[in-house]
Amino acid sequence: MRHGSILRQCCESVRAAGRLLHRFIAINRRESTDRKIYLRKAVNPIMKSVIKGAGYILVHTPDMVLHNGTTQTTERIVNPDGEYLKELPSHLRSFEQTLSYWPNQVYIGNKTPDDLAAVPQPWCDKECDVKERFGHFGQIMPQEEFLLLMQACDVFDLVKLEQGFVDAHRAALAANPIIDESIMARIPEQQTAIDEIERLVKEEHSEGLYHQDKLVGCVNRAHDIDVNLSAHVMHENIVSKASSVLALLSGVKNAGIDKDEVEYVIDCCEEACGDMNQRGGGNFAKATAEIAGLNNATGSDARGFCAGPAHALVEAAALVESGAYKTVAVTAGGCTAKLGMNGKDHVKKGLPILEDMLGGFCVILSANDGVSPEINLEILGRHTVGTGSAPQAVIGSLVTDPLDRAGLKVTDIDKFSPEMQNPDITKPAGAGDVPLANYKMIAALAVKRGDIEKADLGNFPVKHGLTGWAPTQGHIPSGVPYIGFAREDILAGKIKRAMIIGKGSLFLGRMTNLFDGVSFVIQANSGESAESGVSEEEVKGMIAKAMKDFAATLMAQAE
Amino acid sequence: MSILAGKKVIIIGDRDGIPGMAIEECAKSAGAEVVFSSTECFV
Repeated sequence: MRHGSILRQCCESVRAAGRLLHRFIAINRRESTDRKIYLRKAVNPIMKSVIKGAGYILVHTPDMVLHNGTTQTTERIVNPDGEYLKELPSHLRSFEQTLSYWPNQVYIGNKTPDDLAAVPQPWCDKECDVKERFGHFGQIMPQEEFLLLMQACDVFDLVKLEQGFVDAHRAALAANPIIDESIMARIPEQQTAIDEIERLVKEEHSEGLYHQDKLVGCVNRAHDIDVNLSAHVMHENIVSKASSVLALLSGVKNAGIDKDEVEYVIDCCEEACGDMNQRGGGNFAKATAEIAGLNNATGSDARGFCAGPAHALVEAAALVESGAYKTVAVTAGGCTAKLGMNGKDHVKKGLPILEDMLGGFCVILSANDGVSPEINLEILGRHTVGTGSAPQAVIGSLVTDPLDRAGLKVTDIDKFSPEMQNPDITKPAGAGDVPLANYKMIAALAVKRGDIEKADLGNFPVKHGLTGWAPTQGHIPSGVPYIGFAREDILAGKIKRAMIIGKGSLFLGRMTNLFDGVSFVIQANSGESAESGVSEEEVKGMIAKAMKDFAATLMAQAE
Repeated sequence: MSILAGKKVIIIGDRDGIPGMAIEECAKSAGAEVVFSSTECFV
């Protein structure tokens, strides 16, 4: 028995030392940085991903409001001679007006949510004191530059532009600091005559491209029969792709990384690309990465209606934390269908058409650098099949349940970022102040749990909330607009934790009546990094200690 | 007696407000006949 026990312990110690040796040998075959990450994970598998940077862009597309927004295209079918379509053009904003619009300057980072909260609503009748088209998160691109960018993003020769239009605006796009020569080289010198563009729109079902109410180009269909490749769908998808390219380039620039460092891209917009045999086959992510010049990246698309970005970020964080990819970009472009979505109410109330902006965003996640804010995957909120759709149940599943699991109070989260829709857009349309409604429900649950006093209900949205500033582009306002600011606020020590909440209306797809949502927490960096992984000397020490323990055990058993 | 008793109702819920299914349950309990119910998204 005694010999058997010694033998078992001997075998176990040899196995332990062998495992360490095996890791050590494997590690020696890898690059220096890889080795440290591998060693760090070998000892402790939890190394949270960090938010390395974020990009936010807007594109002013007034003519697409008229020709591509579904409220307008529907009205054109059911009520073509109605007052709305007649009045609509006079409510469109100029590019300069969109630059001086407070929420837009917040979106690109020239103003903060706190600045915006200090400005009395409504905002559409006030001018922001900053009117820059470039901000430290990204930019506001005018329509004429964007039409050229669409052509640069089209790899099937579907986007046709009029020669004079391209000649007039090529230099402006080339001067854009985020657009490099590789993108400009995709815009052919030889363009199309206006007669041919008019023929394509009239006879070939092409989708017209307009600027200042004048036809300047078109998007051709990519198939004669397949509706999934119709001119309408191709237009929608190329717009999404081009605005995503702009966001992705901004995100990479702001993260201060080389393009080649991005190993994986996840697109989380709400469009679908594919053909009649695989309508949503994809892959926007890789198509976008190609134009952006991310040569080392592969990617895939994640979808979940407006909750798509939050789902994608959780998946990206898991990919980085697992070590599958060191740097992952989550990106999304804008949606033409939603342009002017609440336009009827805005026109009826004498307001400008505020839904004239395409939105885009990109968040870059990377291996822990010991500095940047972390995504904590241990505090995940999830709306499950069994949760139900009552507002209290939804917020409970996304906010209080994950905090309960982590042993935290509602007040341990400094800022909540749920749906960040701009109330200037939603209130006149009767949809209320969406972020505020979310904060009221979170506050009510906090009172119920005893985390705050009932008397503090009114102050909760001010202290733990944000004023919405994002355009109603579905997935664009869904939690993610605050990530850029959250990163800065955490690095500046203003806050320690922020919760990002994404919600999705799955029932719109008529596949289920279920609602959806997911949440995660961004927190200050704990100071551990891939670079702080154990050294070779430490591994040698660990092996020596295992052998010493083994010898000591043998000695003790022998005595 | 409920003002909805015996009435046919059409319900449009708001995903950021009260969902259609929740309104549906209330309307039914008040004696209404729900002929159409859906939840829409305006954002």
